[in-house]
Order: sequence, then C-alpha cells, then structure tokens
Amino acid sequence: MPSLLFCGPKMAACGIVISIWGVIMLAMLGIFFSAKSAVLIEDVPFTEEDIRKDTNPPQNIYSLYNQVGINCFIAAGIYVAVGAVSLCQVRLNKRQEYMVT
Amino acid sequence: MCSLLRGEEMCLAQLFLQSGSAYDCINELGELGLVEFRDLNPGVNAFQRKHVNEIKKCEEMERILGYLLREVKKADISLPEGDVNPVAPLPKHVMAIMEQLQRLEVELGEVTRNKEKLQRNLLELTEYTHMLRTTRNFVQRTSEVSVSFCHVYEEFPFLEKDTLMDYSSMQRLGAKLGFISGLIQRTKIEAFERMLWRVCKGYTILSYAEVEEYLEDPDTGEPTKSVVFLISYWGDQIGQKVKKICDCYHCHLYPYPSSNEERTDVVEGLRTRIQDLHTVLHRTDDYLKQVLMKASESVYTWVIQVKKMKAIYFILNLCSFDVTNKCLIAEVWCPVNDIPTLRRALEEGSRKSGATVPSFVNRIPTNDTPPTLIRTNKFTSGFQNIVDAYGVGNYREVNPAPFTIITFPFLFAVMFGDLGHGVIMALFALWMVLYENNRKLKNTRNEIWNTFFEGRYIILMMGLFSIYTGLIYNDCFSKSLNIFGSGWSVKAMFEAKVWKDADIRGNRVLTLDPNVTGVFRGPYPLGIDPIWNLASNRLTFLNSYKMKMSVILGVIHMSFGVILSTYNYLHFRKKHSLYLVFLPELLFLLCLFGYLVFMIFYKWLVFTAKDSRLAPSILIHFINMFLMQGDGVQPLYPGQTGLQVFLVVIAVLSVPVLLLGKPVYLYWLHNGSHRLGMYRGYERVRRNSEEELYLMRAHDMEEGSSHSDLSTSGERQTEEFDFADEFLHQAIHTIEYCLGCVSNTASYLRLWALSLAHAQLSEVLWTMVMRVGLRMDTSLGVFFLVPVFGLFAVLTVSILLVMEGLSAFLHALRLHWVEFQNKFYSGTGVKFCPFSFSLHLSVT
Repeated sequence: MPSLLFCGPKMAACGIVISIWGVIMLAMLGIFFSAKSAVLIEDVPFTEEDIRKDTNPPQNIYSLYNQVGINCFIAAGIYVAVGAVSLCQVRLNKRQEYMVT
Repeated sequence: MCSLLRGEEMCLAQLFLQSGSAYDCINELGELGLVEFRDLNPGVNAFQRKHVNEIKKCEEMERILGYLLREVKKADISLPEGDVNPVAPLPKHVMAIMEQLQRLEVELGEVTRNKEKLQRNLLELTEYTHMLRTTRNFVQRTSEVSVSFCHVYEEFPFLEKDTLMDYSSMQRLGAKLGFISGLIQRTKIEAFERMLWRVCKGYTILSYAEVEEYLEDPDTGEPTKSVVFLISYWGDQIGQKVKKICDCYHCHLYPYPSSNEERTDVVEGLRTRIQDLHTVLHRTDDYLKQVLMKASESVYTWVIQVKKMKAIYFILNLCSFDVTNKCLIAEVWCPVNDIPTLRRALEEGSRKSGATVPSFVNRIPTNDTPPTLIRTNKFTSGFQNIVDAYGVGNYREVNPAPFTIITFPFLFAVMFGDLGHGVIMALFALWMVLYENNRKLKNTRNEIWNTFFEGRYIILMMGLFSIYTGLIYNDCFSKSLNIFGSGWSVKAMFEAKVWKDADIRGNRVLTLDPNVTGVFRGPYPLGIDPIWNLASNRLTFLNSYKMKMSVILGVIHMSFGVILSTYNYLHFRKKHSLYLVFLPELLFLLCLFGYLVFMIFYKWLVFTAKDSRLAPSILIHFINMFLMQGDGVQPLYPGQTGLQVFLVVIAVLSVPVLLLGKPVYLYWLHNGSHRLGMYRGYERVRRNSEEELYLMRAHDMEEGSSHSDLSTSGERQTEEFDFADEFLHQAIHTIEYCLGCVSNTASYLRLWALSLAHAQLSEVLWTMVMRVGLRMDTSLGVFFLVPVFGLFAVLTVSILLVMEGLSAFLHALRLHWVEFQNKFYSGTGVKFCPFSFSLHLSVT
C-alpha cells in the first residue's frame, strides 16, 4: 500500500490549527446567523428586490440569514473532515519519525 | 529585600585562596555562579599571564574536539542528546584526555587520507574505462570504412588494419601519427577545441563524446560532466604543443592502446581493479564510521569539560599572587546575601582538594560603584530584559520592570484591542508556556523562534489584556458582540412619529436622535455599544473617544514616572531634590496637562445629549488658557478664568525653580560650610561596622556630588563643586522636561492611531475576504467558503497578528523607554555577570 503521507509535520500541524479554528469560528458564525444578528447584515447576500418585493417582511431576509447560517455549518463540518485528515497526517509523521531513528 | 524594585545590595570581597586548592575553589564558584571576578592584572597582556600554557593546552584540545565534531556531523552520526553536566577535570586527569584526543586525531587523519587516496584512484580508473569505451566507438565507425579497403593495399598492411588506431609512427609514410586521449570537463571542451585549432592549424583531429554518467570531481567533490576526447596529431612538435595545451586545460590524460587486443586486456584489468577498490573503500568507510561512533559517545562530555577548565584558568589568570602569604588573592563582586554561600563554597573547595589551610573570604570597603544585580524568575525575566535593552539601571536605582509587567501589556492592548485576535495570541502563548520544558522547543537554533519563546510570558499577558480591551472596544474580528442588548432603539423613532416609512426609502442615511424618548435607553454596561458597528459615523465617535483616552492614559503614565523619581531621591538621601526638582516637575505637569485631563472628564460628566449642541471644544479652552483670553467663549464652570490664570502662573513659576533651585542650593551648601575630608582607598581590615562605614561614605559621596549620574567613577575628588557644570546640566534637564511634557503628551496619541489602524485593517480583511465567501448564494457557495476561510485565517495571522502585533509591541516599548523612563530612570549602570559555567557554556 503506497504511503498515505503527503505533507510534512509542520504543514500537518498548520492544518490541525486552521481546522480547529475553522470549526469553532464557523460554528459560531452559523449560530449568529441563525440568531439573525444585526451586525452581520452586510454579509447576507440580499438585494434591493428582496426588500421591496417582500410580501411578508422580514421573512425574505430571515430565510437568507438561515441559508448563510446553514452554509457556515456545512463549512464547519468540512473543516472537521480536514482536521481529521490532518490529525492522521500528524500521527503518520510521528510514526515515521520513530521508524527512522 | 525587594530585589526586583531596586536590585540587590552588592559588596566587594577579597578571596584568599591557597595555591593548592585554588583550582577546586574556583570550580565550585563556577558551578554556583555567585560572584563576578575583577581583573587584578590589567596591565598584563594575554601572553604574559601566569597560566598561559594551560590555556594553550586547552585550546589545542578544543581544536581537536572541533575537528572531531565536524567529522562526526559529516558522517551523520547522531550525538547523545541528554543534558550532561560533567565537572571540570582535575589537572592530573587532563593528560589522559589530551592523549586520547591526540590518538583519535591521528587515527582519523590517517583513515581520511587513505580514503581520499583510494577515491582518487577509483576516479582515475573509472575515467580510463570510460575513455577506452568511448574511443572504441570513435574507431568503430572509421574501421568499418577501412575494412572495405583492406584487401586492396597490400604493401601497407599496417595501415589498412587500423589506420587511425596506430599508436606507433608509420615509418613508410615518413610521418608520425600520434594519439592523445583523455577526459576534460564539459564546460571547457569548446574553448579547448578552438585553442587546438588556432595553435595547430589543422594538423590535429579532435573527436570527442560526452560521458553519460556524472563523475565526481576529486577536488571539489561535486558531480561534473566530462567529455572524452581523442586527438590524433601529425608530427612531434605538434605533439608537444598539444600536450602543453592539455596541461593548461587540466585534462586527465590516459595512454591510448595500440591495438584492439591491448584495449580489451586493459579494460578487463581495469574492471577487476575497480571492483577491488570498491570493496576496499567500503571497508574503509565502515571502519571510519566505527571510530567516529566510539568517539561520539564521549565527545560532548570532553567539550564541556575542556570549556570549564579553560574558564577556570582564565579566572586564575585574573587573580594576583601574594608571595608573602603563598596564596592567590581574587577580588570579586558579591551580593551581600550570598556571602554565607560563598564561604561554604570555599570550604567545600578546600575540602575537595585536601588542603590543610582553608581559603576564606573577606569583605572590603570600596568607592567603586558595584554592578547591578536584579534577581528574576522565568516570568519576570522577559520584562527585565526589555528594560535592560534600553539600559541597565544604576546601582540601587528604582527598576521600572515590576511596573512594566502590567503597564506594557496594557498599553499594547490599547493599541491592539481585538477580542478574537487576543484570544488567538493568548492561546499561542499558552501553548508555549505549557510546553516550555519540551527540549525540542527550547534548543532550536532559529533566532526568530527563540525570541518569541523567550517572551512567551509577555505574549501571554499581552493576549490576556487584549481580550479585555477587545471587550471594551467591542471588537471581535471587526464585528461587535451584542452581549447585553444595545442601549439604542430604532423602533422608538417610529413610535415618536419622527420617522415615517417614506423616510426610509427616500434617504440614504438617517440619524437616531437620543433626545427623543426611548431612543437611548442608557449606556451599554461594558464597553462600546454594538450599534456603533452599524453606524456610518462610527469613526467620528470613536476617534474622539480614543484620542481623549490616549491623553488621559499618557498623563497618568507620565505622572507615575515623575512620582517614581521620589523613590530614588529618598533612597540616595537627596531630600533637597525632592523639593527643588520633583515638586516643580509635578506641578508643571499637573497644572497644565492634569488640568486638561480634568477638563475632559468635566465635559464627559457635565454635558449630556440635551446640551450637546452647546458643548464647548476643550481644545479651544486649552489654547485660550495660554493666551489668557477667556472672553470669547462661554465658560465651562464659574470661576474658570481665574482658576486657569492661577494654574498657568504656578506652572510658569515652577520653571525657574526647576532651573535654578538645585544648583543654587548646592552652591550654598558647599561654600557655606566646611566639608570633611573624604575617606579614600580601601583597606584589608575586617570590621563589623563595614556596612555603616559604607553607607556613610556613600552618603557623603552623594551629598557632595553634583548629580547621581556623575558619581560612579572611582577616585573622584568631591572637594570642588563645579557650579557651571551643575547649572548647565540642570538647564538641559529643565528644557528637556518642559518641552518634553508637551511632546510626550502628544506622543501618546499613537495609542489612538494604532488602535484605529488595527480596527480598520481588521474590517478591510473581513470585507474583502470573508464577506466574499459568505455572500455566495449559489448552492456550491459553501465549498467556496472553505478555502476563503483558510485564506482569511492565514491573512489574519500574518498581517493582523504578526505585523500589527510587532508594530504595537514596538510602539508600546517606545512609550515606555522614552516617555515613561526619561522621567526618572538613568539606565547607565553595568550588569552583574557572574562567573558561571552555565552562562559560558550556553554561549556556544
């Protein structure tokens, strides 16, 4: 079986750090978007149409908020996967280190 | 005690070491790292000192050890990692170590030389083989041609068989055909060809072909490409010329075989020889590795032992030899609290060397200023280092380091002020702190990493304080957190019928009016209200707030610095300075800038949203205070003009007091009373009341001196008092202080500037990077968000944490070094460097 190792120890460590940060930050962003925080209004992709043609205000904007929130949660999930891969790489690197010396 | 505030009390001591036990006693002292030795033979150069032979021996051993270490590293043998700390060898053991080292050196040298010779040999044989093989290809082509002619010309049998291969001359033609064959580096072949053509004018034929494999160049050891060439020439003189040219171009020439059989024989022979050589080289390599491995086990120990020995002999050279008492005398600076430990160390050394008469220590009085020793632990050492980088404090001067532990991270955090970034910084520092005993982290050679690692506690404090200021500024990755609920309500504007729906559509921006009931429900409990993040006049509001905050912090910091100078005046018993220097300084600072701070607070407290239109500009009032024009604007409070005039008068009056007070007082002191003669020189008398004598002399010395900075050198006579010198010094100090007050207060505005820069950079990063990822509304947008976040993370760390962090660190440091410390700190002292093996060894 060819070696599964494709990045060095430092790169794997960076991967783990960014993954952990990504999971925490994107999860919190997802929570804040779901809570319809006003501070994040600029990050929601609404247009003038959405506001003007809203039959039941502010449901359009709210649904957009939810959509972005779900996006953030999915991204957090992807970062969990990336973190798991990085963790494997770190373990493989450690094992290789033991075998060489 | 209070060592961190002021530094340890030091004394000068004399050590009387018996000749037999001197080595062991200094060994003990080196292990403990207690004292700093003074050079008692300053006029003697390095080659005339007593122990110069021993030091030469040590250096010879170091040379051999260096060679051994290089060889071990070249052979990729790993050295034992452990923290070894062998003691310095006794002089009698040194010969054994020296012998072993010399033997190892000779052996290694021989083996390496043999190996080189064998490798050179191997290279030659390989080249010869290549040459033979390649030239056969040259001839192969031509011999096919000549075979067809072979039965035609009978009288020249020699010719037909191998026309071009004839090494010997062809007598029948009366011409001599010669061959030269060899190898040359590929880079030189074209020049070589051209040179041959020019010199020999066509009487030579050159054919060449490149060798496919890389051959190792024996001189440089790099793989190079070579070219095999074959020159056939006509005539003897041409042959000489060709040989000379070949010499010039450093060709490796090999004899050209005269016939095919000879060629095959030679090739066979070469092949066996090459095989043999390979085996021999292999064995040599193995043997070399064995020798090096055996050496590597003890090489590190020897290195440390030799270094320690050399250090001890160096110190022994600093001592003077007292012939009458048959013992060595050393003068050391020693902290007073460590004298018992010093005594015990000397006893231990005497006991180890088996001397009958013990060595002892004796404290002597001195006029010299001792070096400064401040004991720190792993937490305070970082802060002490950054204070020492500006200048080591004078002996027993107030040390700014304990205050820096809090003020430095705080001022950094004021400039950095972001909750998210503070969390990341604190976590990074926490990781370094938790893993601080990990050897791999401690012993890397990377300078930049070492700098960060040494300052891990500083970074931790900076991160924690940044979390606090991030909460106050309400800034987390440029977004505000709404923890308590905003104090502003937009709905109230509609309820009060101030706004209508048409207003929303018709206007780009609308202003919330806090005077309307219900709009402003009270201040946010902690920090800046999160609604400001959505406001377009956010910067106007924050700028005003941050500028005023910077001035307030600056005036507080500077006043604290001025107050600290009282500690110095009281300790060095200069009560007059307290009244003639400290008081005018403080009055000047507080009457002007303290009043400014008062006005800022007054305006904040007294003026509310209702009279915000009538709120006066503090700057105008401040300027008017100096110009003594109070009539143009409405007074802030009754009696303002009178108070302001009073304050200005006090400030202006304190300037001449500051300028003239101290010189005039000292002049009067010197000429108005008789001075006692100074007690000079030191004596070798053991006294119990040495301490009092020392303090009294110190007091006299400083009373009579002009300024604490000038009283450091040894044998000054303080009988004369130079009024002009003192006055000039005080004048410079006054001008510097008064102008400095204004410029330093303005300098603190950098707190505002950097925090604004950080906030804006943070916002730009979010807007241009993160928002792009979040605004993707396609279904695949989520997969775009993942790399966008990665990019955001990398840019945050590199730009906002590293670049802005270093920038804020630098500016906070500058504020401490210049604005804070020039109020009380002179920093012209000498640092105490004890004789300690760990310090010497860690240098390399």
